[in-house]
Amino acid sequence: MTTKMMGERVPRVEDDRLVTGNGRYSDDLVPGALEMAVLRSPHAHAQIVSIDVEAVLDLHGVHAVYTYEDLTGALAEPLPLLIPHPTLTHGRTQYTLAKDEVNYVGEAIAVVVADNRYIAEDAVDRIEVEYKLLTPVVGIPAARAARDLVHADVPANKAATMHQSFGDADAAIDAAPHRLSLDFTIERSASMPLEGRGTVARWDEDLNRMSVWTSTQTSTGVRAAVASKLGLDLGQVDVVTPDVGGGFGVKIMHPWPEELLVPMAAKALRHPVKFIEDRREHFISAAHERGQEQHIEVGFDDEGRMQGLSVYFWHDNGAYTPYGLIVPIITSTQLLGPYKPPNYSVTFESLYTNTVIVTPYRGAGRPQGVYAMERTMDAIAAHLGKDRVAVREANFIQPEDFPYAQGDLLFQDGRPLIYDSGDYPELMNKAKALIDWEDFEAYREEARAAGRKVGIGIACYVEGTGVGPYEGGHVHVETTGKVKVSTGLTSQGQGHQTAFAQIVADELGVPFESVEVVTGDTRRSPYSVGTFASRAAVMSGSAIALAARNAREKALRIAAEALEADVDDLEIADGIVRVKGAPQSQIELGTLAVLSNPLRYAFDEASSAATQFAVGDPNKPPVDEDDEPGLEGKDYYSPMRCTFASGIHAVIVETDPETAEIKILRYAVVHDCGTLINPKIVEGQIHGGVAQGVGGALYERMAYDEYGQLQNASFMDFLMPYVTEVPDEIEVDHQETPSPLNPLGLKGAGEAGVIPTSAVFASAIEDAEGFPITAMPISPSELYALRLEHEHDKDVERPAK
Amino acid sequence: MKPAPFRYERPETLDRALAALAAEPGAKVLAGGQSLIPLMSMRLSSVPLLIDINGLSDLAHITVDETGVRFGAIVRHSDLLEHGGAREVQPLIAAALAHVAHPTIRNRGTTVGSIVHADASGEMPMILCLTGGSLTVASTQGRREIAATDLFIGPLETSLEAEEIAVEAFMPALAAGSGIAYDEIARRHGDYALCGVGAVVTLDEQGRVTHARTGYVSVSETPVIVDVTECFDEGQVDERSLTAAGELALGQLDPETDIHGTSDYRAQLARSLTARVLRTAHEDARARGAQKVSA
Amino acid sequence: MSMTDPISEETHPVRLRVNGISYDIDIPPRRLLSDALRHDIGLTGTHVGCEHGVCGACTILVDGKPTRACLMFAIGAQDVEITTVEGLTRQDGTLAPVQQAFKDCHGLQCGFCTPGFLTTIAAGISDNPDPDQEQAREMIAGNLCRCTGYQNIVASVLRAAELQREEDAS
Repeated sequence: MTTKMMGERVPRVEDDRLVTGNGRYSDDLVPGALEMAVLRSPHAHAQIVSIDVEAVLDLHGVHAVYTYEDLTGALAEPLPLLIPHPTLTHGRTQYTLAKDEVNYVGEAIAVVVADNRYIAEDAVDRIEVEYKLLTPVVGIPAARAARDLVHADVPANKAATMHQSFGDADAAIDAAPHRLSLDFTIERSASMPLEGRGTVARWDEDLNRMSVWTSTQTSTGVRAAVASKLGLDLGQVDVVTPDVGGGFGVKIMHPWPEELLVPMAAKALRHPVKFIEDRREHFISAAHERGQEQHIEVGFDDEGRMQGLSVYFWHDNGAYTPYGLIVPIITSTQLLGPYKPPNYSVTFESLYTNTVIVTPYRGAGRPQGVYAMERTMDAIAAHLGKDRVAVREANFIQPEDFPYAQGDLLFQDGRPLIYDSGDYPELMNKAKALIDWEDFEAYREEARAAGRKVGIGIACYVEGTGVGPYEGGHVHVETTGKVKVSTGLTSQGQGHQTAFAQIVADELGVPFESVEVVTGDTRRSPYSVGTFASRAAVMSGSAIALAARNAREKALRIAAEALEADVDDLEIADGIVRVKGAPQSQIELGTLAVLSNPLRYAFDEASSAATQFAVGDPNKPPVDEDDEPGLEGKDYYSPMRCTFASGIHAVIVETDPETAEIKILRYAVVHDCGTLINPKIVEGQIHGGVAQGVGGALYERMAYDEYGQLQNASFMDFLMPYVTEVPDEIEVDHQETPSPLNPLGLKGAGEAGVIPTSAVFASAIEDAEGFPITAMPISPSELYALRLEHEHDKDVERPAK
Repeated sequence: MKPAPFRYERPETLDRALAALAAEPGAKVLAGGQSLIPLMSMRLSSVPLLIDINGLSDLAHITVDETGVRFGAIVRHSDLLEHGGAREVQPLIAAALAHVAHPTIRNRGTTVGSIVHADASGEMPMILCLTGGSLTVASTQGRREIAATDLFIGPLETSLEAEEIAVEAFMPALAAGSGIAYDEIARRHGDYALCGVGAVVTLDEQGRVTHARTGYVSVSETPVIVDVTECFDEGQVDERSLTAAGELALGQLDPETDIHGTSDYRAQLARSLTARVLRTAHEDARARGAQKVSA
Repeated sequence: MSMTDPISEETHPVRLRVNGISYDIDIPPRRLLSDALRHDIGLTGTHVGCEHGVCGACTILVDGKPTRACLMFAIGAQDVEITTVEGLTRQDGTLAPVQQAFKDCHGLQCGFCTPGFLTTIAAGISDNPDPDQEQAREMIAGNLCRCTGYQNIVASVLRAAELQREEDAS
């Protein structure tokens, strides 16, 4: 009997190559490729008066230099606006190389291709550009004030204003027994994978084909972009995703200018070309996320039940909007979390600034929405003097409410926001138990007696995962019995090769070790979308399960014929089809693969069993009319809408009374991502997400000065947590509420760890300090300033009393 | 992020190194390179000629006697940190070195290099000052010794001449009856300190403070040493004297605002750390005194 | 601009000892050791994550001590023994304790930072064969990982030390 693999803590098959130095990342490929370096704008806002490349042309080792003038056809057009939306009335995208204006420090102006990166950088330094400086718009307040414009033809710096609502929030707030008006801000951060962007391309003149390897979250997206921009047929372009050193969202943005320029140069120079981004470039020319200002009006009853919620927020989308409005739309819809306000209104403005573009970073707008909602819950509790958990519970959607529609809101996929399943009260019970919520006041008293300040925070989230449109799976049984699986979406460390093999092992009935999974290779899976929105397990997992079931069905059909048995009497285990109760009557899947492919030519002993003189009914065609040769299964999974994962985080912090340092004492996570494929991998995703969340809450920000220069564009000053900044242990409890929307009951798990972290830290620090925390991230220096401010306020208030 | 081209020499004797430097005063000396190489990779430092002194085994010595600790220009932080003799004679060295970056950087970076880099956010320039140490520098013209007090003349600026190479640092032994402490607060463990403070406290036989000095990292343009002895009325260490010491020190500091902290916050850290390290140094002095008695 | 013309840039014959093997390469002085290992010698297991010495992905062992390969010039690394992640794997292809431990404890996700952790820990458990939790954290405190949140890497350190002790005992 085959051991069931679903739900098992199976060690990853990826690890052998990665722990021995045998991973293949973009910069490890195609030795001898020429290397590209990019001249980037040193100014946040300027007109380009002239570009002089004269000093570069004759340099030894330089093969080519390109500016906008050298681009032709579609390449000379602006980069694609990937996700258009009717509300995005003033969408703008940059040119592959700046045409006559630059809008952020880091925007690509020219590229040099040279023998190696050293020489390419020497050459880039010698290109002379004359600029006419324009006033940069930096930060949301400046964008809102609109004294200066980022794009001359975009009034008030507004890319879009979008409104959604259900019920009548304003009337409900007016009529409510209590109301609060709240303002929050949240700063920028970034995905910041340890491997930056990287692209290698080879043009094969003999085969008339372009091969591209790129560190991306969507091989099919890059393929389509390269074909369209370079004027090639889709069928001429192969995009292969090698090992990818982390993505976290930044690599779903595509095509990057370099992803087009590298293949362009490779074709022009008839030599492989490579671009490997360095760290400084990643800071100033990849993408950021998170920056928002939020205004909230909420009306509620004596129990803290929301009667009406009205949200207005301003979203900093950076200099261009290639990824459309996805991030703020997610904020505006996922803000509601596990709660059911009867009346809701949300409006956002997506604003241009002269800074790096904003596209999804793990969580993609959800951390901001959860922050707004959970800060509001805490404010309601504080206002009523109620327990923060009780207020949340009073607003929860109940288990019997599912499927639950959040009014008629539309989600990021343009589909109704309908939660499929969940059990939020039970999640809260688990969270309270895990963090010992009820015992905290006693602990606080103990700590206070010892001169210590501690605080506890709690935050809930609901995450729409597994967004469409579709993914596919292909399962092919080789004549050796090995099972080759392909799916089109890519992997950046999530262990897809392992998790998908677990699914196939169970669905097909084969040993886990015989399954080999390939992801993100357009030669194997030309139809696919990509890895984002915690969708890989849900989408490709489901598609692969369906594909494996198809392969199984075919295997059973052939086996029934071969064993002269009824299909219903057969079972597959360990790669062998048996007649139930008659174990001597059996046939291996590999043999079935041989039989599935009628041959004219034998090339080994096994295949001779399938030649025309060996098998087949002479009165029937060798391949039935509605059949295909080969033992394989293929299918696509395309859901009606997202499935909604959920969870609650709780944290206990200690703040130093003198230095305002913030120490994490305990961190607990309960979560529900439906059926678990591999708990080890899921927990790894949670750990990593929480660590990124700690970074986003306490350490990381993009520190722009008024000129639009990023002050901390290095790992020295952009403070990603080391081990010393994260909790020793993240305490985790799982809840499994299967999704009714897909064959395995899966929900996504990749992003959740990072979603409620800013909210939960704000909650805990506020609890420790006794004054509102309304801006995140928060540093000790900022906490110290708040203390002084509130002490001052107290001093001012005292005489009046 | 690749360095611009440069010429490279790896002399086998100090004289050759000095001659090379004299011939090209714009040249840079490479010891550990843990600060220099990133600057070169970011093309923030222009280097026509790099003189690699890692082959000068004469500069790899750590010599300890009762007067203090001498160490050569290619002694790695990690070697000095692990040197038992050095730790015994001048415990401030190890106390501060443990805070210099991370172990991997300390395996390559040199303490003399860190001193001549003269970053006021670096621990070791301040420690050289706090211990009352000196730096020996050499040129084709000969050698001279520069007292710590004369060495740091501005941000990232020392009184070394362009053709001089620092060959050795000396940190005097901890005086009898004294105790030390070093502590700092950084955003992340291993980062440059937002504020770091070292202290030396000397007690008389009755246990009264006769001498107390503190040294500051990251809250001034150059390392600042403050004599806070006067704050200890009748030599007693209590909350009042510790607070007074912090306030006295703040009068001589000039903490600046940057993206990691405001000047107010750094001042608060200087206050808090001053009290903390003086208290610890006082305890250390008493413990050392007790050890000596029992020995 | 203050640069020397690349045309005049001279290359030098350089011999590097890596994982017990001598490699002769011809490179300009500015060639970073990380690039020489990766692109001149072809040992691409050493990864480059920041090129300013902070992330630790390029950590190699220089005479047994963890060192940033991006903060050394290859030309200055001729008198040392270098060990890269490729050199941790045993001659017969079996994994070193630290490599096995990362597999056992799910100590990696994307794997990009992993080689720097592996070399650092290999040296760390050789210095301290029985680290406690705090010492395990200290051992890896200079390496950045963006995927794992470190908890499983700390577990991997403890597991690696355990495997190493078992191996040494037998």
